[in-house]
Amino acid sequence: MFMTKTVLKNLLTKYATRLYPFQTRETFKDVKGELKIEIDKCVFCGVCKMRCPSQCIGVDKKGRSWEVDPFACVYCGICVDACPVKCLYQEGMYKAPVAEKHMVFHAQEEKADAPT
Amino acid sequence: MKDSALVITEENTAEIPLDEVITQSRILKDEGFRFITMSSADLGESVCVLYHMDKDLQVRNLRVTVPKGKKIASIASVYSCAFLVENEIKEHFGVDFDGLPLDFQGMLYNDEEVQKTPFCKIGIKRV
Amino acid sequence: MTRTVLPFGPQHPVLPEPLHLTLTIEDEIVKEAIPKLGYVHRGLEKLAEIRDHTQMIQIVERVCGICSTLHAMCYCQGIEALMNVEVPSRAKYLRVVWAEMHRIHSHLLWLGLFADAFGFESLFMQFWRIRERIMDLQEATSGNRVIVSVNVVGGVKRDINKETEKWILETLDKVAREVNQLKTTILDDFTVKQRTVGIGILSKEKAYELGAAGPTLRASGIAQDMRQTGYAAYPELDFSPVIETNGDSYARTVCRFNEIFQAIDLIRQAFAKMPEGELAVKPKGLPKGEVVSRVEQPRGEVLYYLKADGTKFLDRLRIRTPTFANIPPLLDMLPGCDLADVPILILTIDPCISCTER
Ligand code: SF4
Ligand code: SF4
Repeated sequence: MFMTKTVLKNLLTKYATRLYPFQTRETFKDVKGELKIEIDKCVFCGVCKMRCPSQCIGVDKKGRSWEVDPFACVYCGICVDACPVKCLYQEGMYKAPVAEKHMVFHAQEEKADAPT
Repeated sequence: MKDSALVITEENTAEIPLDEVITQSRILKDEGFRFITMSSADLGESVCVLYHMDKDLQVRNLRVTVPKGKKIASIASVYSCAFLVENEIKEHFGVDFDGLPLDFQGMLYNDEEVQKTPFCKIGIKRV
Repeated sequence: MTRTVLPFGPQHPVLPEPLHLTLTIEDEIVKEAIPKLGYVHRGLEKLAEIRDHTQMIQIVERVCGICSTLHAMCYCQGIEALMNVEVPSRAKYLRVVWAEMHRIHSHLLWLGLFADAFGFESLFMQFWRIRERIMDLQEATSGNRVIVSVNVVGGVKRDINKETEKWILETLDKVAREVNQLKTTILDDFTVKQRTVGIGILSKEKAYELGAAGPTLRASGIAQDMRQTGYAAYPELDFSPVIETNGDSYARTVCRFNEIFQAIDLIRQAFAKMPEGELAVKPKGLPKGEVVSRVEQPRGEVLYYLKADGTKFLDRLRIRTPTFANIPPLLDMLPGCDLADVPILILTIDPCISCTER
């Protein structure tokens, strides 16, 4: 009998879980999400490449390009803090799962990003 | 800070010879020290083995330098819980412990095909 | 009577982690247990040779997800001692806040798994629902749900503002209320008591001699908690170790249950006393020397031995995690118990094998 209260309460309250993917929660501010770059600001100094603990960034000074392996990145935000011109940033949502691994490649001449 | 980050100095670490490991650890045990763990580091020609004990949150260390290829007595007869970490050091650094109650033959973590002592800078082949 | 040798684990329905035991049983009674480790050995300590000492923070955090911030804190504390860095006092308080949040979520996780281990699945869901509140707090304050990655050598990276502080305190009130509601369900329940009271007794002397750590040690009546050594802001906070005296599985459960309230209380105290000020100081130079650093993780005491030779790279990094210390006591508890109790006994030391094997 002592359970009646709990049963009634559980019947009358909402779900504890969200009906994902139809209902999503807003991400919190300053979440360490997907790593992005404003490539036009980058000076190709290579600091981010040196500091990254999982060594997943590649910087090509001659070719003026920057690339990251988003599947080796651990989203720690060290590179974001280290960049002297603050051209790296992390955006709200975590990277969605994909079927195949790829690199994220940015070069300064073309402004569109072309995942290879 | 009392003791949570203790820089190792001569005051808290006693340098002891190879054959006194058991007697010295027995003295500490009789004083009421608890065995925490052992650490080891590669020194090139030898391996340094540190025994960490504590009593009332104060850490005391014993340091032994074991030349590579030499044997050292296991302290499992004094602190029985030491066998696990001794097996680990045996596997990673190739230090041979004499009188281990449970000897994993250097295969506590790795498999047979790992032939070298993986944590040494210059590994020695397992026999 | 015939002896049977039974391999237990590494994959077993109740084991959250791959621990393997070779059990020798005689008529359902365990006579001997021999562990085999190595299913998740990653050799992380060796990485210290190719990653510099600041990058190692992110690597030691990944030794174990559940106690990540405490690994980083212990590591940073060691490096700070070698470099003579005095951490700003606000940073010390913030470290306490994150450390205690980790303790709450780890204990809730454990209580859920424990309930699940004897088939109490709805209780498992209840605990994990509460845990989600703490995960949200961590995500909002640090940017990551599990590996909060806030510690740097010399302080912390992120601050908690007044508004967030209020929200955290409100959430903690909710958590305290909800956990308290489950108290009768887990601690006064007939089935739970049948399965835990008087089973797997670890006496006070044995616990001390075998080097048990954390709640496993404190449930045997020894009031030893690394937080008493006074790292971070703990010397200014008022607390005493939660102890139980019976040393059985039930005592270990009660101990962890009560530590949740202690952790909530510590966060409240930390916010009440937190001074304003800077978050981190910039360390100068490179670490040199040897240090032993210890902190109290949810599972017990963790020990870092760091050896630095004045270069960017550490000479040696050694991590002794609490589960490693709790395996010998477990081997002492197992002989004499029923085979059916083995899963519960393994769970009561709160095993984390990825910690143990690094
Ligand atoms: S640190 Fe910043 S500026 Fe330098 S290479 Fe990386 S992204 Fe470019
Ligand atoms: S977030 Fe961390 S792991 Fe990812 S690229 Fe930056 S530094 Fe490397």
